[in-house]
Amino acid sequence: MNRQRLCLREMAVNQRGTICSVKAEGELGRRIRDMGLVPNTEVTIVGRAPLKDPVALRLRDFTLSLRNNEADFITVEVCGN
Amino acid sequence: MNADLNIALAGNPNAGKTTMFNALTGARQSVGNYPGVTVEKREGFMNFENLRINVVDLPGTYSLTAYTQEELVARNYLVNERPHAVIDIVDANSLDRNLYLGLQFMELGIPMVLALNMMDEVRRSGKRIDTKKLSRLLHMPVVETVARTGEGRQELIREAVACGRKRQGEWKPLKISYGPDLDPVLLDMCSLIEAAGFMSDRYPARWLALKYLEGDIQIRHLAAQAGEIGEQLAGLREKTENHCRITLEASPEAIIADYRYGFIASVTKQGVISSTGQKERIIFSDKIDRVLTHRFFGPSLMISVLYLMFVVTFRIGEVPMGWVEAFFTRLSAAVSDLTNPGLLRSLLVDGIIAGVGGVLGFVPLIMVMFLGISFLEDSGYMARMAYMMDRVLRIFGLHGCSVMPFIVSGGIPGGCAVPGVMGARTLPSDLEKLATLLTAPFMPCGAKVPVFLLLGGAFFRGSAASVLFWITIGAWVTALLVAWVLRNTVIRGEATPFVMELPPYRLPTLKGICIHTWERAWQYIKKAGTFILAISVLIWAAMTFPSLPEEKMVSFEKEQKRIAALAESADDEKKTEDLQALLRDSRNRQAQAALRYSLAGRIGTGLEPVSLLAGFDWRSNIALIGGVAAKEVIVSTLGTAYAMGGESGESGLAEKLRKDPHWNVANAVSFIIFVMLYSPCFVTIVTMAKESSWKWAAFSMIYTTILAFALAVGAYQAGIFLGR
Repeated sequence: MNRQRLCLREMAVNQRGTICSVKAEGELGRRIRDMGLVPNTEVTIVGRAPLKDPVALRLRDFTLSLRNNEADFITVEVCGN
Repeated sequence: MNADLNIALAGNPNAGKTTMFNALTGARQSVGNYPGVTVEKREGFMNFENLRINVVDLPGTYSLTAYTQEELVARNYLVNERPHAVIDIVDANSLDRNLYLGLQFMELGIPMVLALNMMDEVRRSGKRIDTKKLSRLLHMPVVETVARTGEGRQELIREAVACGRKRQGEWKPLKISYGPDLDPVLLDMCSLIEAAGFMSDRYPARWLALKYLEGDIQIRHLAAQAGEIGEQLAGLREKTENHCRITLEASPEAIIADYRYGFIASVTKQGVISSTGQKERIIFSDKIDRVLTHRFFGPSLMISVLYLMFVVTFRIGEVPMGWVEAFFTRLSAAVSDLTNPGLLRSLLVDGIIAGVGGVLGFVPLIMVMFLGISFLEDSGYMARMAYMMDRVLRIFGLHGCSVMPFIVSGGIPGGCAVPGVMGARTLPSDLEKLATLLTAPFMPCGAKVPVFLLLGGAFFRGSAASVLFWITIGAWVTALLVAWVLRNTVIRGEATPFVMELPPYRLPTLKGICIHTWERAWQYIKKAGTFILAISVLIWAAMTFPSLPEEKMVSFEKEQKRIAALAESADDEKKTEDLQALLRDSRNRQAQAALRYSLAGRIGTGLEPVSLLAGFDWRSNIALIGGVAAKEVIVSTLGTAYAMGGESGESGLAEKLRKDPHWNVANAVSFIIFVMLYSPCFVTIVTMAKESSWKWAAFSMIYTTILAFALAVGAYQAGIFLGR
């Protein structure tokens, strides 16, 4: 299986991966972490808003939405094919 | 009222905290604000085994840092009031994330009971939670509950009472490891804090050290004020931060969060949660979302839902609104019968009953509208609206959550800015909230609509509906553009993160919606009974005093007596009718003269040199000034000022305006623009002041009026120029 690291923004709908790093700091960093987006968490993209932004993801059995420019701070390791 | 025991409910938003609060306290609750902030404080009483228990519903939060007002309020309440026990209500569907807050309570050491809420959904989804094991691992009582049905309610309160009694206010902070990089420094910080006695009467030392490392603004500020200890802690923090960045490429804050989630996983992975089947609930919710947030269906369904909501609001709201109006009509007739003509009757009927009645007439409408809004909120759809609209609203410096305040304020004609401004509370940041508060009142609220319909009917015959449509579009465009300007000038600042939970779709509980609706309606009624009452009397006085000088009164009376005498002696019907019309006309002229002579009339006349630039004569001026008190006043004052009295309806007024030499299309357009944009009404201003500050409320009054006047002058002058 080949593994690939990419930015959360670049993930496709229904793609799944594991968070490697969260580079956000300050208020954004805190909010992201409070919601459980920390390294080693599994996330799945469940959808995008009609204008492609924000993005909705599933993690820890709930759904979270964040903007693309906020997703930029998060890198994810996905199983490529 | 003294309570035997204080119990606080805490938990994440959407975990069913308020539903549980309603289930525990029923209607015995009060809603207020925490001092100095706009965070709602809900408090209620309940009886349990001869004990009187005070239950406080803390604001829903995801963490306990000092970043948001809600978190600060929750934390300060726990630390300052030291309730006997805290019930942490968690959504058992996503236990890990919910325990992140719970863990912070445990680190505080407060006596605590865990309520695993929404267990019905968990069971249905085929997931199993070993409650006993969880209780053993966390060293606290864990109770399975379903807040919607009240399941587990009794057991929960029994455990909380037992826990509160056993612990007698003693706090037992939990210490978890934060790894080799942070643990030593935490120990150093603890000994420093203990040696200096820094706030150690209120917080556990380790907790303070943690918050300090996490960059908690409040704690750092307090430490800096405490003198030497502040410098020592700051030095340690800086050293740790550098160390963490070099060796781990992460901030202490991030490391702390990692270890917290690690601790939680170490608990839940020990066989506490076992999954046997599909995650049904989420899958169901996903299926709905595939349609409701679809690229094409999503937005069109959203517009349909909003449109439907307003149609329903007005169709249903009309009925009780009619009853309230009929009641006030009867009341004023009864009061007229009981009093003699004169100042007292005028004060009671034209001042108080007309003013307060006009406002209370909106209560049924507001209640029906809130019923709809509460439904959208509690069902989870509101979060989707914010999700879909965020990309557009962000361009203008607003937030996805701004959409609801705009719509409630009249984004679809007929709303009301008062609940709209109150609704801006749901916005997560002050900057976007302020921008929303300041622009939402541009929307065509229910009280402005009659003005538009009147002028639309009078000057754009047969197209009043399309006039209203274009006004609505104009209001949205103005609101968004002004928001953009404000966000780039007076309320400049970074956009707030959107990071927001999309809760699964749920059918709201009737009880919850009713309690919610009633609360908001009651706030509005209270305002009508106090503030509007005072303003009505003031306006009445301004339009009544000073009264016409004696000789003018006498001359009008003489004229009326003469006509009355003629009418009585007239023999044929046609003549009598003519004379009666003449009599009415004379009375109207008297009313108009009296109005012009009054304080309001003088102000209106005094403003003419300026206001004529926009085509407003003294009568329009009075109506517009009155409109600042309540927009409903505009049409009724125009009625009085154009000597129509109360007898003939609006159609009569439209006719009169059309025939009046002063009015033409240019005036009408300019008047519409001005009414659309100028100062919010007093109730809205007071609400704004409560939600932000008096400074911003005053700013709102001034800038909107200047903008409205500038645009009205532009429109009027252009109209005159083109009309030539």
